[in-house]
Amino acid sequence: MADTAIIVEGARKKYGGKAGKNALDGLDLTVAAGTVHGVLGPNGAGKTTLVRILSTLLRADSGRVQVAGHDVVRQAYEVRLRIGLLGQHAALDEELDGRQNLEMFGRLHHLGGRRAGVRASELLERFGLADTGRKPVKQYSGGMRRRLDLAASLIGNRHGTDPQVLFLDEPTTGLDPRGRAEVWSAVRSLVGGGTTVLLTTQYLEEADQLADRISVVDAGRVTADGTADELKALTGGDRIDVVLRDAGQLGAAVALLPLPKDAVSVDTDRRLLSARVTDRMAALSGVVQALEAAGIEAEDVALRRPTLDEVFLHLTGDDNRVKEPA
Amino acid sequence: MSTNAYALADSWTMTRRELAHWARQPVQVVVALVFPVMLLLMFGYLIGGGRGVEGSYIDYLLPGMLALTMAFGLEGTMIAVTQDLNKGVIDRFRSMPMTNGAVLVGRSVADMLQSALALLALMGVGFALGWRVDGGPVAFLGAVGLLLLFRFAMLWIGIYLALVAGKPELVQAVQILVWPIGFLSNALALPGSMPGWLGTVVEWNPMSHTATAARDLFRGTGTEHLWPAVVWPLLLLAVFFPLAVGRFARLSR
Repeated sequence: MADTAIIVEGARKKYGGKAGKNALDGLDLTVAAGTVHGVLGPNGAGKTTLVRILSTLLRADSGRVQVAGHDVVRQAYEVRLRIGLLGQHAALDEELDGRQNLEMFGRLHHLGGRRAGVRASELLERFGLADTGRKPVKQYSGGMRRRLDLAASLIGNRHGTDPQVLFLDEPTTGLDPRGRAEVWSAVRSLVGGGTTVLLTTQYLEEADQLADRISVVDAGRVTADGTADELKALTGGDRIDVVLRDAGQLGAAVALLPLPKDAVSVDTDRRLLSARVTDRMAALSGVVQALEAAGIEAEDVALRRPTLDEVFLHLTGDDNRVKEPA
Repeated sequence: MSTNAYALADSWTMTRRELAHWARQPVQVVVALVFPVMLLLMFGYLIGGGRGVEGSYIDYLLPGMLALTMAFGLEGTMIAVTQDLNKGVIDRFRSMPMTNGAVLVGRSVADMLQSALALLALMGVGFALGWRVDGGPVAFLGAVGLLLLFRFAMLWIGIYLALVAGKPELVQAVQILVWPIGFLSNALALPGSMPGWLGTVVEWNPMSHTATAARDLFRGTGTEHLWPAVVWPLLLLAVFFPLAVGRFARLSR
């Protein structure tokens, strides 16, 4: 299965014995090689547990987990040869400087002393850390530390190239907008090199920006899976927004527009009428004609996709959780 | 390279990491060496003592202080392992194709080196204070060997306890407990001078055996107390080495 980088089937993990909480509750996930896969979910959804299992740090209680064609438990060494990990907290030796860190990790990746040195220089250069000198990491700023951490996670493999699969656990949490932009551009540059990236995030924008496919995770399982567009379609497809000149005419407009009445919502303050539509063009021309015929003046009529926020709230909202069997 | 060659290379990399830490914090390294010397001076002069000791007290005290320093090494090991475990860097090590045990080997080599330096510092000060060694070079090296063997046992107890405790708060509790265990020995005074039950505890303390054997070897006064000083550390190692290694391997559970 050369074109599948990650397979997770029915992964379960419970912390703290029998009475413990299910961190993963039968999670399934498939990630195609060379893609960026976003795992989106609120705090406590099981995102970090999933990353720790994928990166061989933690064993699932049951289920099958494969990374780069190898089982994470039985072939942990083979997996470790091929992965990079950026955890939520900096995984660096704070007492040492940037180069010392990267050279150490390079040696431990068995690049050998000379190539570890070359690779360290290369990565320091790539992440704008070449002039940090002998300063120990504990004196780095948050953004610098994150970049060095990312560089360390790319130390890669025996060939001195980027790893085959990279795990990023909330890579931009705690970073300012500039730091976030830096991490984003680094992730985008990786994909060009053929690296498969699995990133977890709480930020919808981040998943929307970076990920080819997104899995929405809640309470230890995947509640939805697809491209950003497919997920947006899940909430009931496109919407039409109509802004009227006069809020007093909203009621009249709702009555006469050719839209399903139960799917229309009205926002008086914004003089806005919004509705789910199935046939985009028919709805648009129907609305425009009906408004003209009735002499109601509109400021704006627009078709739009639902935002990922709407999808996320829809999927992880309480109304959705009630439907799940306990 | 073979698996063994990788294991060696990884262990060396991890040892170099510890040495790089030393180079970054020379003051800490010196303080760690000064501390046992300070204790030696304190017990030798400030508190005086040597209850029940015949002959020169420094000849009695110094081997005891050497053994005590080896016992106190337990704390240092525990603190270092706990700090490592509570930093993210251990996750990076564990997610890499390195020999996992190399983390522990690096710790061991660094701690043993540190302890050897502490022995040297103490013995240097001891000579300056008039400590006399009559046992000959072989016995001298034997004594140093026994002291380091005892330290090696303490090292693996320290690693195991750190892995079990996990958090720095629990390390503090052990740190405090090391003191009575260190002092409930014959390092400073003869058990015969103590109340009966205390004398018994002191005689059973593995550290007392190491101190006694070291004393005999340095003085050249026989080897009949030697075996317990060999057997006790080996016994402790037989228990705690596999426990520590097993515990480390189970971090993923």
